Amino acid sequence: MKSFSYMRARDVTEATRAAQRPGSKVIAGGTNLLDLAKLSIERPSALIDVNRIPGLKEIRRLPDGGVRIGALVTNADLAAHPLIREHYPLLSRAILAGASGQIRNMATTGGNLLQRTRCVQFYDTSDRCNKRAPGSGCGALDGANRMNAIVGGSASCIAVHPSDMAVAMRILDAVVETTDAHGAHRRIPIDDFYVLPDAAPQHETVLTPGEMITGVSLPAPPQGMQSYRKVRDRASYAFALVSVGAIAAVEEGHFTRVRFAFGGIAPKPWRIEAAEAALRGKPRNAQAISTACDIALAGAAGHGDNDFKIALAHRTLIAVLGA
Amino acid sequence: MQGSALAAAVAQTGLVQAAPPDPDAARDALTGSFSIVINSAPHQMTVDTRVTLLDLLRERLMLTGTKKGCDHGQCGACTVLVNGRRVLSCLSLAVMHDGDHVTTVEGLAEGHGPDAKLHPMQAAFLEHDGFQCGYCTPGQICSAVGMLDEWRNGAPSLVTDDLSAHPELSPAELHERMSGNICRCSAYPNIAEAILAVSREGA
Amino acid sequence: MPQAPDALLPAPELSAPIGPGNVRREGHSKVTGNALYSVEYQPDQIGATEPILYGAAVLSTIARGRIAAIDTKNAQAMPGVRLVLTADNVPRQSPWGPLNAPVRFARSQPVFFDRTVRYFGEPVAFVVADTFENATAAADLVSVRYEPLDASIVLKESGGINPAPLHGGKSADSRTGNFDEAFAQSPHQIDVRYDTPYQNHAAMELQGSLAHWKDGKLTVYAPAQIPDAMQEGLAATFGLPKDRVRVVARLIGGGFGGKLPYFSDSVACAIASRILKQPVKFSFTRQQMFTATTHRPAVLHHVRIGVGADGHIHALAHDVVSQTASFDNYLDGDTMGAKGLYRADAIQTTQRIARLDLPRSDSMRSPGDASGTLALESGIDEAARLCGLDPVEFRLRNDTQINPSTGQPFSSRHLAECLRQGAEKFGWSTRRKRREGEWLIGYGVAAAMRDNMLRPSSAEVTLAPDGVLVARLAMTDPGTGSITVLSQIASEAMGIPLDRVTVLIGDTDFPPTAGSGGSFGAESAGSALYEACVALRGALQSKAEVAAGTHLHFADGALIAGDRRYPLGRLVGAAGLTVQGHTAPGMEAKRYAEATFGAHFVEVAVNAVTGEMRCRRMLGAFAAGRILNARTARSQALGGMIWGLSSALIEGNVVDPRGQFVMRDLANYHVPIMADVGAIDVMLLPEIEPVANPIGIKGIGEVGINGAGAAIANAIFDACGVRVRSFPITLDKLLPGLPTLT
Repeated sequence: MKSFSYMRARDVTEATRAAQRPGSKVIAGGTNLLDLAKLSIERPSALIDVNRIPGLKEIRRLPDGGVRIGALVTNADLAAHPLIREHYPLLSRAILAGASGQIRNMATTGGNLLQRTRCVQFYDTSDRCNKRAPGSGCGALDGANRMNAIVGGSASCIAVHPSDMAVAMRILDAVVETTDAHGAHRRIPIDDFYVLPDAAPQHETVLTPGEMITGVSLPAPPQGMQSYRKVRDRASYAFALVSVGAIAAVEEGHFTRVRFAFGGIAPKPWRIEAAEAALRGKPRNAQAISTACDIALAGAAGHGDNDFKIALAHRTLIAVLGA
Repeated sequence: MQGSALAAAVAQTGLVQAAPPDPDAARDALTGSFSIVINSAPHQMTVDTRVTLLDLLRERLMLTGTKKGCDHGQCGACTVLVNGRRVLSCLSLAVMHDGDHVTTVEGLAEGHGPDAKLHPMQAAFLEHDGFQCGYCTPGQICSAVGMLDEWRNGAPSLVTDDLSAHPELSPAELHERMSGNICRCSAYPNIAEAILAVSREGA
Repeated sequence: MPQAPDALLPAPELSAPIGPGNVRREGHSKVTGNALYSVEYQPDQIGATEPILYGAAVLSTIARGRIAAIDTKNAQAMPGVRLVLTADNVPRQSPWGPLNAPVRFARSQPVFFDRTVRYFGEPVAFVVADTFENATAAADLVSVRYEPLDASIVLKESGGINPAPLHGGKSADSRTGNFDEAFAQSPHQIDVRYDTPYQNHAAMELQGSLAHWKDGKLTVYAPAQIPDAMQEGLAATFGLPKDRVRVVARLIGGGFGGKLPYFSDSVACAIASRILKQPVKFSFTRQQMFTATTHRPAVLHHVRIGVGADGHIHALAHDVVSQTASFDNYLDGDTMGAKGLYRADAIQTTQRIARLDLPRSDSMRSPGDASGTLALESGIDEAARLCGLDPVEFRLRNDTQINPSTGQPFSSRHLAECLRQGAEKFGWSTRRKRREGEWLIGYGVAAAMRDNMLRPSSAEVTLAPDGVLVARLAMTDPGTGSITVLSQIASEAMGIPLDRVTVLIGDTDFPPTAGSGGSFGAESAGSALYEACVALRGALQSKAEVAAGTHLHFADGALIAGDRRYPLGRLVGAAGLTVQGHTAPGMEAKRYAEATFGAHFVEVAVNAVTGEMRCRRMLGAFAAGRILNARTARSQALGGMIWGLSSALIEGNVVDPRGQFVMRDLANYHVPIMADVGAIDVMLLPEIEPVANPIGIKGIGEVGINGAGAAIANAIFDACGVRVRSFPITLDKLLPGLPTLT
C-alpha cells in the first residue's frame, strides 16, 4: 500500500467534503477497500473513516410500513434485525449467503452496495482490465471467465457485481440515500444507482465525487413468499455462480405477483420487470418460468468458461419459483 | 482540500497527521495516533496509517498468536474479538480502532505461559484435537468464541429454516457459522466437536 | 554403544494405544497463541541485537523470456528502504541444481542469478525495508521491462517425454505380462481418459523465512519439512560448509509436501541479511505463493482395464503425462496404485512428463497416488459396473498378497479386511440409491494404498540426573503429531513418564533425519529414536552392574532388576548420559513390498436441479500398522479424507493464456470449509507391521486422501448417472446430464 493520510470524520458534511478531494476514499468496514489497496488496485492518498459518524447505524420503521437502514449498519446486524427477519426475510437470507460471519460483522450496508467486482483479471494488476486500467482491454473475454457475466456486459467488460445483498434490495425496490459535498441529498432507486459498463466500466455507480451513501430505505414489502438461493462452488464462503432472489404470490396454481432477480451473472443485480410481468397470471410450471427467464436473460451469452450459467440460471429460477 | 483548509480540518477533527499539500508526493510514511485496549491492557500508539490491526498485533506488539494466512479476508486465521465481536484483523486498519477493546487468543486464557488456565474453548480444542499444524487455531478459537455469542443472541445463519426462531446449534448451523475459518489440515470434524462440547457446557 | 552384559534385557515394548491417545504435547502452546512459527521470532529470541528488517518480492509478469531492464530507482528512494536485490546486484551463488541430485530438496537454488524468466510469477526482485508497509510499497515501484518469448503452457498427451534421461537413466515405467494381448482377449474392456488438475498446497502458514548471520554462520528460521535437506541446499547455494548453515523449523504451519523444497524466500533473506548485517524476514503473500512455490502437477491419465468373464482383472494399464517445469525433472508417481493394488495377468504403466513454462511442480500430499487413484479407482468402478459386479466384491476378487509388479510379498496387507469391515460399519449392503426431494442420493467405494518408506534417520537422547529425558533430532512436526508420537515412543521405550520426556525437533544442530514427508516421518524418526532408547537402556544396564541372568525392565523412571530398583537419574551421574541411535532400511525390508491400505465408503447427494454436490457421509477404514496415538492418527486420516473430498469436488487450478495461474488467492482457489464436510468416520484396524521397522508402524499421513476422491466420484455417478472424468467434478460438468425440469 502506498501511504495515505487518515481522517476520522465527525459528521457527514466533514466526510463528504474530505472525500471529494481527488485520491480520497471513504472507509467504513474496509473489507473490500483494504483488500484492493493491498493489491494496489485501489490507491487512495487519503482515507476518510466514517465509522464514528453518529446516526448512521440505525434501522427504523418508516410510517409507510417500510424501513430505513443506516449506511453503517453492519451486514450481520441487518440480517439479524427483527424487522428485517420478519418482513424482509429475502434480505436476511441474501446477506447471510454472503461472505463469512467475521466479514458480515465488519461490512456495512453502504459498503456492500459499493463493493467492487471479484473478476480475477480486475484483481491481477499484470493483466488487462478496462475497469482497473481504462483502455487496457479485457483479459476475461478471451481468458478465464468462469465467474463472469452472461448479461449486461459489454465488449469492454464482463465483470460481475458480487453482492448478494444488492440482489435482494433490487427486488425490494430499495432507494439509496446519499449526501454530497455541497450538502445536497438524493434518493436514488437502486436500479438507477448502478450503471452498466458499456465503454466505461470504471464507472459503476452514479455517485459523484464525495457523494456518500447515508442509508437505504425499503418500501413496505410486497405480498408473497420471499426466497433467496445461491449456487456456488463450495457449500459456503464463496461467491455465487448464480443466485436467485424472488418474491412470489401464487393463487390456485397461478402466479399473481412475482418479482425475481439474479446475482452472479451481470454487472449489477439483474432484474427485468418485463420478465416478471410475463409470469403474472401464468400457471406455476417450469415452462412458464423458463419463458420468463428467457425474457430476463434476453441476449445472454457465455464466453466459454461461463456458458453453463445460462442453463444454471434457468434451472435455479425454476427451482425457486416452481412448486 | 489543501494548505490552511487542511490545517483547519486537523484542528477540527483530530486528523491524525497533516498530509503534505499533495499527498501523492508523500515520501514519508504518514502516521496516526490512537488508544486501544488489547487483552485488558491499554496502549497509546502512533503508527504508520497503513498498519493493519493484524500487523499492529504481530509486528508492533509482538502478539504473534494472531496469524496471517492470507491478509485478504479469505481464511479467518487473523480473527480477533473487537468489542466482543469476531472480526478479521487483516482487513482493518489499526488507526480505525481508537477506543476499541480487542481480545486476541493470548487474552482468552487466565495467566500466561505453560501454566495458564485455558479458556473452555481452548481446552476443548486441545481435548478434541481440533487442530494439527496449529496455524489456523487462534483464529478458529476466537471465531468460535464470537460465534457462540452470536448464536446465544439469537442471530440467524444461512441454514436457519425459521428466521423467527432461536435456532438450535445443530451440526449444520455450526458448520455454516464456522465456514469463515479455513483449516487446511482439515481438522473440521474435531473442531466442530470441540465447539459443540463448549456450547453444551454453556461456558 | 556400550556392550550389553548378559542380564536379560528384552527389547522395549511399545503398547498399542489405550483410549483416545495423548493430547498433542505442543497443543497448549498452539491453543494459547504462544506457539512460535518461523517468522515470528523476535530479535532477542534469535540472538540478534539489531531489529529485524522486512522483505517484499517482485514477481515476473511473463511466462518465458528475458529481463531487459529492471529500474529500481523509485523503489530505492522510498522511505525506509535498505536494499533492492535484483540480477543486477545479486552476489555470486552456485548454479541451480544439479538436476538429478540424490536429494532434490538439497539442490542449489540461487535467486536472480540470470535474466531469464522461466515462468509467470517467478521472483525477479527483492526489496528490504525497515517495516512491512515500507517494503511492500517500495516493491510496487520496481519496474521491470521484459523481452517475452513464446511459452509452452498447455499440457498435452503428445507433449510428454520419457523422464528417464533426466533421472540418470532410471525408468519409472513397469511392464508385467503382455498387456496388449491380455487386454485384447478380455471380454470386458474399459478404455478411458481422466484428467486431474493443478493443485496448490495452500498451507495456512505463508511460505516465509527469517535469516540471520552471526559470526560467519547463517541461521534460517523457515518452515522446512526436511531441515537437513534445506541446510545442504543453502550451503550448496552459497558455497559454504554445511556447519556454517543452520536451519530451524520448530513448528510448521502446514506442509503437505509444499515445504519439502526450500524457496527463494530463504535465499533472498540470507543474502540480504549478509549484506545489511541485520536479520531479515519475509513471507510471500498468499497470492505470490501460488507461483513462487510448488504445486501438484496436472496429469493426463489413460486407464485401460480388461476383465475376464469371472470378474478377474486380466489386463491393467495406467499411462500418464504430468507437468514439470521447463528446467526441472519432477515426476509424479501416479501409477503406484496400478502397480500394486490388484492382481492382474498383465500390468503396464508408463509415466511421461511435459516440461512446460510454468512454475515448478513437486510433491503434494500423497504425490502421484492422490491423482493416480482418482483415475484408477474411478476406472475400477467403471469396470465393476461393466461386469455387473458389486464394486466391493470386484475389489475383493482381485485382491492379492503379492505385489503384482515386483513379485514381492506384502509385509502386511489387510485391504480385504478394510473393505469388509468398512462395508459392514458403513452399511454398504443395505445402501439405497434414491431421490429425496431435489437431491439424488448415491454411494461409492474405493480402495487406498500408499507405499511405505523408511528413510535413514538419527536421534540423540540425553538422560539428566533429575531423570528427565531429552530427545533431540532434526525431525519436524507440520501438524502430523510427530512431537507427540516421538515423546510416546521415548516414554514407553524408557519407562519414563511422558511428562518427564521432552522431544526437541526442527533444528539442524540436532542429529539428521529424513524429516516429514511421504508418510515416512514417524516411521523413520521414530525408529531412530527407538534405537537411541535401546542404546540408552543398554548403557544404563551396564551402569547398574546387575548380576547376570537378572530379569530387567524399565518402568516409572527406573531400571527394575529383580527386586532392585535403580532410579534412572542416579545411574547417569552429574553429567547425564547422551547416546545416539540410527535407522536405515535393512536387507529384510528389500524382500517385501510395504504399503498402508484402506477403503473408503461415501454417501453423496447431488442436486438434480443445480448440480450442487454434498458429501453427506464418509467412512475410511485403514490398516496402517501399529497406531501410536489414536487421536493424532485419526486426525491425519480425517485430514486426508477431506483432501480427497476436495480433489473430487472442489479443488483445482487452471492456467490462463499468459501462463499465469488463474486462482491465486483463497477466495478463488477453493479449499474445503467446514460446511463442505459431512459426517466422517475413521476405523483404524488392528495391525502390526512385522518387517519395515522395529516399532511395527506404517505411514498414515497420506493414505487417507488416496481413493477418497474416487469414492466420491463413483458415488456421484451412482446418484445421477453422470461420469465426469475431469476433476474436480464441479457442478457445470454435471448440468448437461441432469434430468430436465418439468
